[in-house]
Amino acid sequence: MLGFLVRRLIAMVLTIWAVSFVAFAIIQLPPGDYLTSYVAQLSAAGDRIDPQTIEALRERYGLGDPFIVQYFKWISGIVQGDFGDSFEWSAPVSELIWGRMGNSVLLEGLAVLVMWLVALPIGIYAAVRKYSLGDYLATVGGFIGLAIPNFLFALVLMYLWYVYFGQTLGGLYSPEMANSPWSIAKLLDFLSRAWAPILVLATAGTAQLIRVMRANLLDELSKPYVVTARSKGLPEWRVVLKYPVRVALNPLVSTIGWLLPTLVSSSVVVSAVMNLPTAGPLLLRSLTTQDMYLAGAIILLLGILTILGTLISDLILAWIDPRIRHGGM
Amino acid sequence: MATTDTQNLTKPVAQPKTSKPTLSGRESQFAMTWRRFKQHQLALVSLWIVVAFYLVALLAEFFAPFDPGDYNPRYTYAPPQGIEFVFVEEDGSWTWGPYVNGYGTEIDPEAMRRIFTIDEEVRHPLGFFVESEPYMLLGIIPMSHKLFGTIEPRAPLYVIGADRLGRDQLSRLIHGTRISLSIGLVGVVLSLIFGVIIGGFSGYYGGWFDSAVQRTIEFIRSLPTIPLWLGLAAALPQNWSALQNYFAITVILSLLGWTELARVVRGRFLALRTEDFVTAAQLDGASDYRVIVRHMVPSFMSHIIAATTLAIPGMILAETALSFLGLGLQAPIVSWGTLLQEAQNIRTLASAPWLLAPGVVVVVAILAMNFLGDGLRDAADPYGK
Repeated sequence: MLGFLVRRLIAMVLTIWAVSFVAFAIIQLPPGDYLTSYVAQLSAAGDRIDPQTIEALRERYGLGDPFIVQYFKWISGIVQGDFGDSFEWSAPVSELIWGRMGNSVLLEGLAVLVMWLVALPIGIYAAVRKYSLGDYLATVGGFIGLAIPNFLFALVLMYLWYVYFGQTLGGLYSPEMANSPWSIAKLLDFLSRAWAPILVLATAGTAQLIRVMRANLLDELSKPYVVTARSKGLPEWRVVLKYPVRVALNPLVSTIGWLLPTLVSSSVVVSAVMNLPTAGPLLLRSLTTQDMYLAGAIILLLGILTILGTLISDLILAWIDPRIRHGGM
Repeated sequence: MATTDTQNLTKPVAQPKTSKPTLSGRESQFAMTWRRFKQHQLALVSLWIVVAFYLVALLAEFFAPFDPGDYNPRYTYAPPQGIEFVFVEEDGSWTWGPYVNGYGTEIDPEAMRRIFTIDEEVRHPLGFFVESEPYMLLGIIPMSHKLFGTIEPRAPLYVIGADRLGRDQLSRLIHGTRISLSIGLVGVVLSLIFGVIIGGFSGYYGGWFDSAVQRTIEFIRSLPTIPLWLGLAAALPQNWSALQNYFAITVILSLLGWTELARVVRGRFLALRTEDFVTAAQLDGASDYRVIVRHMVPSFMSHIIAATTLAIPGMILAETALSFLGLGLQAPIVSWGTLLQEAQNIRTLASAPWLLAPGVVVVVAILAMNFLGDGLRDAADPYGK
């Protein structure tokens, strides 16, 4: 297990390094450097800016240096927790993002939880009652769930809610609760708003998980050991739940690896539609205003979030499945 | 049988019947694939839907009653008219033939804004192949007739409503279909080129190159794509023309989209590399190029077509999402995404729900393409199952 962990961690560090490189390359793409546009913006607003400050900023970000040097300065700042400054907000990036990243993680975590809680029973049911009405419904529902772009789903949900209840769905906390510490009241307030984005985020993933679970379980159910268990006179629910479901669960855990990137992606879009205080809308805004250190930090952190999630799912998989723990990989 | 694939899912919907005794060996591969495909009814229906979509996209100017940019401030947010077919005259006799009612306006005394009413008194008969401003079909054929329209020129015709500038939503939707579907196609072709070249080399030669490519693919697939796409799209120069913007977006989409196709191609290459007929061709002294193009590619062509079809919906959805967020295609271009951008404001949407029509079209198109792709994939392996 230790060797497995070490290999996984090394791979993760390398991947994160590659992500940081990609993120920095992307924020470097727009023509011109940020400082020039920043200075132009400030002087347009009538502010005078001290040439010494400009020089200090230029030195700090290594502007004018080759790409690699700039990257190195950026990444060594980040390692020390300094993500640079947001030009638009005139504040360190790190002050702006943590709260919003927290909301992102919370929302995505809850979405994963909901996916599993919904998809597992439905998937098991669809496999056990193959070709029943419920199976057809799950299949058709799954296909539709996959075909609806999540921002469209969010839009339709908001529209229906507005038309039938006269309220706008959106945000995660009511204004009076936003800054209060967590309490039962705040939790209820949060849930009364967060159910909508969680529902939207969980739909596509649930549809995929149902079909993975159904397929895995169908493969297991036809195996001889299930027949043996049944012929021994075990009650049917034990025959299904005790062995085949456990085996079918393993591949399902590994689906987190491809579920998370899509989930993080869609949470960006859904947050923008529903105006949620997550990293998504901030990223969008920072990209349109070319607030590049903010954008870079968010792209990097979303990437790291995905990689960490995948690592966790790998570890869970190794923990529940000895074949992976011992089989190299 | 693959455990996690969609094949399992499509089964309950349209269980392929067991094949009839065949004359295998005599039928061409195409004929066998087609025969298997035809048994998949949902896929067959989807094929026709997809064909219809592309036909509309190709002949958008002919199908759309108006130019997507035609606006009329008198009909801002005019509601859908609904086409009537029978009119009962006052003397009780019936007049046949499609027509739409005209609009009347009232002032809502509470909200102090104009609301449209359907004026039953005014009728604008509709006709097929009505005359219009001259235009070029497919850019080369001069035409001056549209598929349908009002017989009297300049009569209002808003079958599925109008947008905030009084532009015909239906015409915009039809023109948007062209852009969205073609971006899916162009994007997939680009991904296919990347995928076939990279995946092909990777699978054919193996070794360190293969591992490097595989690690790269794993890396790209482990990243959330939307933030990266957004970042790349935001880097596009603001002053680019609509066409440049369009191509840049397709390139951006395929930059991250080639991995799946490369994976499929590599998998097929690995599977085929050790087949006897490949070894025989190599022993015969055929060049690598000839072995690949003449012997290997034909035998997995159908797999590639299936994988390509399955990749198109992803491209279309990505374009729609990017444009919806304002970082994809830009305003003068009409696509499903830019159309849905108009529907972003919930209050506007509540008073003009027909702005969501592009969403319905997106879902239908994506569903049809997914079913079609699934059917093709099941049929792609004529010897399987």
